[in-house]
Amino acid sequence: METTTTDHAADIDHHVKIYITVFVALMVLTIVTVAVSRFHLPVRVAVSVALFVATIKGSLVACYFMHLISEKKLILAVLGLTAVFFIVLLALPVLTVHDGYWIH
Amino acid sequence: MEIPYTVEIRRDTGLTNGKIGIWLFLASEVMLFGALFASYILIRTGAPQWPRGDTILNVPLATFNTLVLISSSVTMVMAWASLMRRRLGTFRLYMGATILLGFVFLTVKYFEYSHKFHDDLFPSTNNFLAIYFTLTGLHMLHVFGGMCVNAYLLGPGSKLWETNPKWFTNRVENSGLFWHFVDLVWIFLFPTLYLL
Repeated sequence: METTTTDHAADIDHHVKIYITVFVALMVLTIVTVAVSRFHLPVRVAVSVALFVATIKGSLVACYFMHLISEKKLILAVLGLTAVFFIVLLALPVLTVHDGYWIH
Repeated sequence: MEIPYTVEIRRDTGLTNGKIGIWLFLASEVMLFGALFASYILIRTGAPQWPRGDTILNVPLATFNTLVLISSSVTMVMAWASLMRRRLGTFRLYMGATILLGFVFLTVKYFEYSHKFHDDLFPSTNNFLAIYFTLTGLHMLHVFGGMCVNAYLLGPGSKLWETNPKWFTNRVENSGLFWHFVDLVWIFLFPTLYLL
């Protein structure tokens, strides 16, 4: 019983170290995002870089703070299905603006 | 009547009801913000001209707010970790810090909004500002909602710790999931509105 409690405490300590590391990474990436925007890159490049960094930051929050990295398959399946609908939702306007290939 | 599966795991889902419930709610939230992001893309790509966010909005304030919200996510997860270590006092400190950081975020937004209104910049002024106020306004409501739940868990809700600590820990975890989601949304809102 004592060993189990000690193991549990060590496990939480390990998690806390990860949280601190992720926190520092998020801070650094925020500064990087703002710094890159100062270069006034072409819109396509700027959007790509900004969304790439935001995706890394979002993944860190989801995986470690929200514990998705060790979450049950059912929740991952629900989120996977949501991601499909989300991508379709975002793709609809993008497809629409190409001079009416699909919807005019 | 007792609420089932608050602490014990359901056989069919492998989860507590609260956990699956909060994730289904967050999935619906993804679609809510997704619809607004899709509208933003449609309006922006269809516009002949679109202003860079940093020519209208205050980037230093928003950067500060981003760091505040990220910090609040860390204090939130540390509050949960404190309960896992069975330290209620430390939980109170971290949860208090989370609420305080949420308050700082809303205060900064109040000054941002006030400055815009003072300069006669309203949602009706142009499409950019309409999207800015809609997205950040909805996000602010989420921050406020999360603060209310966290305040309950810090105050009267914490009595549950004495009778059922596991259930209370699960509640804090679920509240934390919502709070991290709010942080996650801001992570995308910040570059989209302020920097591009």
